[in-house]
Amino acid sequence: MDVFQSVGKLSEYLGLPVNSSEHGYIIDYMIGWVHWLMLVLFIGWGAFYIYCIIRFASRNNKKASYHGVTSNYSTYAEAGVILFEAFLLIAFAVPLWSMFKTDLPDEHNAVRVRVIAQQFQWNIHYPGKDGIWGPLDPEYIDGENPIGLIREEDGPGADDIVVINDLHLPVNKETIIYLTSMDVIHSFALPEMRVKQDAIPGQEIPVFFTPKMTSEEFLKKIEGTSREGMGYEIACAQLCGNSHYKMRGFMTIESESEYNNWLEEQADEIEIW
Amino acid sequence: MSDHSSHHEESFLRKYIFSIDHKIIGIQYGITSLFFLLFGFSLMLVMRWQLAYPDTPVPLVGGLIKWLAELNGFASNGNLPPDLYNVFGAMHGTIMIFLGVVPIVVGAFGNYLVPLQIGAPDMAFPKLNMASYWTYFVGGVVMVVSFFIPGGAANSGWTSYPPLSEITTATHGQTFWLIGMIFLITSSLLGSMNIIVTIVQLRVEGLTWMRLPFFIWTQLITSFLLVLAFPPLEAAGILQLMDRVAGTSFFLPSGLVVGGEVLANSGGGSPLLWQHLFWFLAHPEVYVLILPGMGVIGEIIANNTRKPLWGYKSLVYGITFLGFMSFIVWAHHMFLTGMGQAMSVFFQTTTMIISIPSVIVLTCFLISLWGGSIRFNTPMLFALSWLPMFGIGGLTGLPLGLAPPDIHLHDTYYVISHFHYIVAPGTIFAIFAGIYYWFPKVTGKMLNERLGKTHFWFSLIFMNGIFFPMLIQGLAGVSRRLADGGITYAHAQGVIHYNSFMSASAWWLAVAQIPFIVNIIWTLIKKKDNPVDPNPWKATTIEWTDTTSPPLGHGNFEKEPVVYRGPYEYSVPNEKEDYIPQTKK
Amino acid sequence: MDIKIPFNEELRPDTGLYNAKLGVWLFLASEVMLFGALFSAYVLLRVAAPIWDNSILNIPMATINTVVLITSSVTMIMSWVSLKMKNLEKYKLYMGLTILCSVVFLIIKYFEYSSKFEHGYYPSTNTFLAIYFTMTGLHMLHVLGGIVVNFYLWIPGVKMWETEPERFTNRIEIAGLYWHFVDLVWIFLFPALYLL
Ligand code: HEA
Ligand code: HEA
Ligand code: CUA
Ligand SMILES: [Cu+2]
Repeated sequence: MDVFQSVGKLSEYLGLPVNSSEHGYIIDYMIGWVHWLMLVLFIGWGAFYIYCIIRFASRNNKKASYHGVTSNYSTYAEAGVILFEAFLLIAFAVPLWSMFKTDLPDEHNAVRVRVIAQQFQWNIHYPGKDGIWGPLDPEYIDGENPIGLIREEDGPGADDIVVINDLHLPVNKETIIYLTSMDVIHSFALPEMRVKQDAIPGQEIPVFFTPKMTSEEFLKKIEGTSREGMGYEIACAQLCGNSHYKMRGFMTIESESEYNNWLEEQADEIEIW
Repeated sequence: MSDHSSHHEESFLRKYIFSIDHKIIGIQYGITSLFFLLFGFSLMLVMRWQLAYPDTPVPLVGGLIKWLAELNGFASNGNLPPDLYNVFGAMHGTIMIFLGVVPIVVGAFGNYLVPLQIGAPDMAFPKLNMASYWTYFVGGVVMVVSFFIPGGAANSGWTSYPPLSEITTATHGQTFWLIGMIFLITSSLLGSMNIIVTIVQLRVEGLTWMRLPFFIWTQLITSFLLVLAFPPLEAAGILQLMDRVAGTSFFLPSGLVVGGEVLANSGGGSPLLWQHLFWFLAHPEVYVLILPGMGVIGEIIANNTRKPLWGYKSLVYGITFLGFMSFIVWAHHMFLTGMGQAMSVFFQTTTMIISIPSVIVLTCFLISLWGGSIRFNTPMLFALSWLPMFGIGGLTGLPLGLAPPDIHLHDTYYVISHFHYIVAPGTIFAIFAGIYYWFPKVTGKMLNERLGKTHFWFSLIFMNGIFFPMLIQGLAGVSRRLADGGITYAHAQGVIHYNSFMSASAWWLAVAQIPFIVNIIWTLIKKKDNPVDPNPWKATTIEWTDTTSPPLGHGNFEKEPVVYRGPYEYSVPNEKEDYIPQTKK
Repeated sequence: MDIKIPFNEELRPDTGLYNAKLGVWLFLASEVMLFGALFSAYVLLRVAAPIWDNSILNIPMATINTVVLITSSVTMIMSWVSLKMKNLEKYKLYMGLTILCSVVFLIIKYFEYSSKFEHGYYPSTNTFLAIYFTMTGLHMLHVLGGIVVNFYLWIPGVKMWETEPERFTNRIEIAGLYWHFVDLVWIFLFPALYLL
């Protein structure tokens, strides 16, 4: 772990956004490792290159050598690159991918939210107290009800909370976002959480992560930087039409009690449509 | 062709327009694709204004933009509205790749040089060759015309992902795009089959496989990629066309709701099917963009270091392997589409494997410098700078090829920077190098060195000025394809100020092309170099040594050459001259 | 123009091919990729589809069409063999038969299509019909292309036999290879769309 960290620290100089999720630093360190490989190759080969250009300029070397280099060092170097790439793959890339993308955490203990992307907004759908999402039917879509939620009294939809572009999550809790889209392909990106996932119509893809820093802490952390005062955001990372560039949502990470309060407030506003 | 052997003067039309002479066709391809490169670049010059100074009227061409926007039905006060930004972006990618680079590296360089370098009298199928150019031309016209129809040209990125590309029903630009692509694909198929047959069948006596110039090898592999990878895109294009005009739902799942209305279609399709078919072409395609460039660079490096290319055999095996592998890496563009573990392991592994032959090629080129006697003429400067520029482009491919870092970097400017380092200071520089190098072969006149070097140095600086800051923006997480450059996003705040610097670099890059254009025009009108040196670079390959003297007339060789040695016999010990032509006994 | 391209008729010793033969093999390779992509799309869509109702297709008609196409492939070979045996008259007969078969194929296909349309079955009706019309439509275009080429070789192009018999025979061989491919595609399409 120590080696992993100290080598990965290169990522701190690459200008990545502040990391706020539990798994994010692993991605960062892996970015750091790959960039070491890139740097070493670039500088190593670059030094050789500059030396050659100077030393073997026709001015300095009148007659070229027919055979040139006869040693095998280049083969060793290439083998080194292969080994390092294999190492990155086996040690990091393969296990990490399942950790981040396919090993779904236990749904019972996790905060579960459904996000339905739409041109050009993020519809965020909480299952409410009963923990069950109400059924959706496009017939019911209107200005108030962007996702067509069926809110029957006593039905599972009665207590559901639907908000637009305003994702609230509790800190330090495993979160699963069930991501889909109503129209075209979007991409749900939380740069500070190191989360990105395409939202594909006709498919529901679970996205999971654990936020580690509340919005308040985060805002404090970025004081004095050029984004001072600007908290977490949801970005759309896939071209989805003419207002793709404006498809920006907001995310608030708060303590569990604040989060519950917020849910309460939202629940109070529900009217049965 | 052989079946009509009358000897009368050919009409102008036959000789220069509907020519079946590979050299004329090569030049036609060259001129047309240079204009398209300029066109694609111009689109980007306007887009870069919008990125640097969002929603302000574009200087100089603001009136034109306003006119075009209104023609297409968008509101504009001389600024570039987002709809038009998306049109320009999609068409910049499409034009640069399919109408600019592929036609110039395969259509122009391939057509002109392949027969000459292998000692053939022409391409194997001259009439198909002509058909290939004219199909390309029609495809280009279709693409250009689509700018002027209501709704504008295609606006869903060069990748044309459905459902977006299908539900933007208001615009017919996408339909034009599909039809144009079908022409372009057909043209490439005709051209590349021709090149393969020419190389396999028409090599002169003595020109064995391992004596082929490296450039020929790159053309051969490239053509195989085109022959085998383009048809799936053609199939995908046909399916998307059906979706758009016949109302099928190949790429549309059931239950789409667009703007609050349920889409009236049968559903049952799959948006990811398109992505698989598209990238199955488009990954091999990116090697189509770079392999011929590698070939050009190889020729120029051997010639100007005055020594053989180091590791010729590894180069040949390397690119052959690269060609094979390029068919099984496509889904590395799709890591974030919800890919399972098995698929992601497979595609990450193949992607890492495919980076190895590129490392080998670059290493061989670098080692070729060792022990050389390097001449720094303009083609060589472009070739030398190609090495680190391709290096940056290739190296930045590695974090993208490993899926976990790609979570952060996917669809950011890091990706844009990655591939522009390969195609702009990479392929475009290789094209420049090739133009400076073979210009005397084509016209009998040398381009001016001073203008050439000016062109080189400024291009190099400004290219980096555009694309290096993109790496920084990408690492900060700024998405691509944002019509305002991402100015409203919080995470972009720290790096957004690079936009004006990058845009200024792009405009200066445009200015830096003036010496190039002036150089070409001025050299063409000045009198012939006297006496014409048929081999100004003291090169060994057949096109310099045995052909009729430049500018080449009809027919390539006075008598069929015979080859006795490898392509790069420079500085052979105990020889008087420092080069021995391939055709010398 | 008096440029003579080598190996247009004679074989190149080290590859054992004449140019057009290599050319047509490459062309067929690209065609394999084209139809391969479509078949992959077919598999993918079919696996995902809840229902796949191909009972509306007319199997007897398609069976007749399969026989017709196979016959045309045989007559195509015969026409080439006839030329090899320097019998131009027989060539014309067999080539005529090949074209006749292809036209019969198209006529039957026309009836199949129009009966679908009459019943209100269009490509937009469901995914099955979409892929059915697209694949058979593309195949039909290939048949049409074959008819044009074969017709050219049957009447206007035949004069080449007088001047360059060798080259003309090669052309028939090439056209034949293409025609067998078109036939082969149908042999895959028939079970995939009608039977399975
Ligand atoms: C010619 C074009 C070209 C080439 C050659 C490559 C080469 C590579 N590409 Fe790239 N790529 C593109 C064009 C190209 N690419 C394009 C156009 C896109 C975006 C498409 C879109 O979405 O619009 C893309 C996107 C892209 C992605 C998807 C990213 C995303 O969307 O998230 C990935 C992921 O794996 C990737 C990987 C690679 C890899 C591993 C290589 C490897 O082959 C690279 C191997 C090379 C090296 C490893 C370099 C070796 C260097 C040295 C040895 C040092 C030399 C140093 C000195 C000389 C000083 N590329
Ligand atoms: C071969 C491919 C290629 C090439 C060469 C280029 C070249 C350039 N590209 Fe492009 N680009 C793409 C392919 C290419 N691009 C693709 C595929 C995309 C993605 C599109 C999408 O999102 O769908 C993209 C996207 C893209 C973006 C991102 C837009 C966005 O995401 O919103 C940007 C931003 O700056 C950009 C800039 C540039 C610049 C400044 C150049 C410059 O380097 C241009 C340099 C050009 C020249 C120097 C011209 C040389 C020609 C002459 C001098 C002509 C002489 C003429 C005569 C003699 C007649 N490109
Ligand atoms: Cu939604 Cu971009
Ligand atoms: Cu790729």
